[in-house]
Amino acid sequence: MNFYYFSEQGYYPAWNQITGPLRIDPPSSLADPAVAGPLIHRCLNEWSLADQLGMNIMVNEHHASYTSMSISCMLTLAILARITKNARLLALGVPLFNRPDPYRVAEEAAYVDVLSGGRLELGLVKGTGYELPISNQNPVRNMDRFWEAHDLVLKAFANHDGPMSWEGEYFHYRNINVIPRCWQQPHPPIWMPTFSANNAREIARRDYTMATFTTGYGARVVFDAYRDEYQKAHGVPAPLQRMSYLGMVAVGADKKTAMERGERVASYAFATERTPPGKLNPPGYMSSSDNARLLTNQGAISFFFNKSLPSGRKMSNPPSMEEMIEAGMLFCGTPDEVAQQITAFCDAMGGVGNMLVQMGGMLEAEENLDSLRLFGSEVVPRLLKRQKAERLAEPAQ
Amino acid sequence: MIALQNRSVAGVNVELLQAGAGRPLLFLHAGDGMDWGSPLVAQLSSRFQFVAPSHPGFGKSELPPHFNQVSDLAYFYLDLIEELDLRDVLVVGCSFGAWIAMEMAVKSCERISQLVFADAVGVKFAGREVREIADLFSLTPGELAHHVFFDSSRFTPDYSKMTPEQLAVVARNRESFTLFGWSPTLHNPKLRQRLHRIKAPALVLWGAQDRVVSPDYGRSLAAALPKARFDLIEGAGHYPQVEQPAEFASRVTAFAAPKLSAAGGVAR
Repeated sequence: MNFYYFSEQGYYPAWNQITGPLRIDPPSSLADPAVAGPLIHRCLNEWSLADQLGMNIMVNEHHASYTSMSISCMLTLAILARITKNARLLALGVPLFNRPDPYRVAEEAAYVDVLSGGRLELGLVKGTGYELPISNQNPVRNMDRFWEAHDLVLKAFANHDGPMSWEGEYFHYRNINVIPRCWQQPHPPIWMPTFSANNAREIARRDYTMATFTTGYGARVVFDAYRDEYQKAHGVPAPLQRMSYLGMVAVGADKKTAMERGERVASYAFATERTPPGKLNPPGYMSSSDNARLLTNQGAISFFFNKSLPSGRKMSNPPSMEEMIEAGMLFCGTPDEVAQQITAFCDAMGGVGNMLVQMGGMLEAEENLDSLRLFGSEVVPRLLKRQKAERLAEPAQ
Repeated sequence: MIALQNRSVAGVNVELLQAGAGRPLLFLHAGDGMDWGSPLVAQLSSRFQFVAPSHPGFGKSELPPHFNQVSDLAYFYLDLIEELDLRDVLVVGCSFGAWIAMEMAVKSCERISQLVFADAVGVKFAGREVREIADLFSLTPGELAHHVFFDSSRFTPDYSKMTPEQLAVVARNRESFTLFGWSPTLHNPKLRQRLHRIKAPALVLWGAQDRVVSPDYGRSLAAALPKARFDLIEGAGHYPQVEQPAEFASRVTAFAAPKLSAAGGVAR
């Protein structure tokens, strides 16, 4: 199993100062640059530590948000390519819905891949609906535009023989010529996140790495769909390293410390609920049949909506800490407890190859570093030891 | 008796209502679709050959994959009035429908003799940092009703009382409206410089309490058109055709009666 450390680079000091949405609408005046700068440095220090602990790194991006100051995966990764040595650098990801210029996406990714000596893992993601009012990209027919942008990025990576042109439905270029070209050939590994079984099948057919985020035990359907489709499309079982899960994580030397930390990490999930309702789901972002259902069920657009606990009981909305742990959204406790929780979850999924470990939230700098250090030095060895024991126990093929 | 037809026009399958007799009136609905039960239908079809389609992508009308601009709809409607062989047409457009009507008329007024632009969107008058047309795509249903109606308590839709089929139409209309109107938000930056081509007389009709586009925007529009008159309807927001249908119908009828009365008219 591989481990990727992730933080959203949130400007959490303002979360309690702002009433209402933390994204898209709040004024920037509440983000003090003298506070923001050290906060970003703090996150870079965490990723440095993750590298030293033998873990990998994940970054993402959002826009006009107090929950995430990272406005470009590749900006952060360009720094990390320079200050880390071994970690794989995962962008999960570059939001193609919200990027008007996919040629630029290819250029920046190739740059990071070259700078890092071939350590880039490239997530091509759709992007959120509520950021479409920022990028001004039309929400309607977004999937058509997504796949054209995807095709263009890969074609730009593959083209090494001088300028090529692109005259598509959504994008037009007369001179595509990415210099420097990617270190990894033909291109860095591609990742795509999904919440649905249908998308998981598409990702499997393309032999891309699939990730699902904080969905809890309900994610089993996504893993099953991926494995089933992978076997059908490629004639072999899906490699474990193609399947990934992101969970919030808090580790403490004792239970009480861990629970306090867990609460601060999970505050991120509550912060993400604070999005302007009118901008959350612009028409066309979701299918019109889904939107027709949502007209009578607005509460459905929520991090916590309609999640079931493994016991079969419905999770409260908003949930308690204990429920989030039971649900597999938050792995929280002493190193032994976290290792057990992750093991149980991965077993229930039928195997997870990449655990994406989200901390941050409202954690203070020192406790975040300590939680990460405990994860890397205590939890990871426990999980790898168990994995090794399982491999030895398997009958020889 | 009102009969809704499904027919192919210019290669596009659309639902279309034709009722009444006399001079043809092409009614172009707003961005939330055609309300077939509106009292306006009876009021206008008693005086005109009332022709009201659901725009391509709206109601049950097909959306061709290559349609993504208001000019696609404008060319479609120019084809429609040719195929139905309508002449001396009075085109009445509301909000988004008025934008379509303007895009038709700048291309050709050959078969169009008069136009009514009610609470139109589509044109940019103010500076680059001024939003004259409310962003109807970033509002909750409740906020939307507040913007659109003078008295939203009477007209806020109750989705819990709709059938799945009706909800599907609401969602589809919203999606298609977004396709055509998302960016630039509900206008075509080129249209202002083309308005001089609309030589046919026009009535610019406005809800006095419009919170989507102000009456001043309507006055600017009337001033920018070669032969236009501006008129207000009290007790109405962005949809006077919904809030004051009888008044709306009577203004349209009065404008149409002496066909050239608006010629040389001025904005007020």
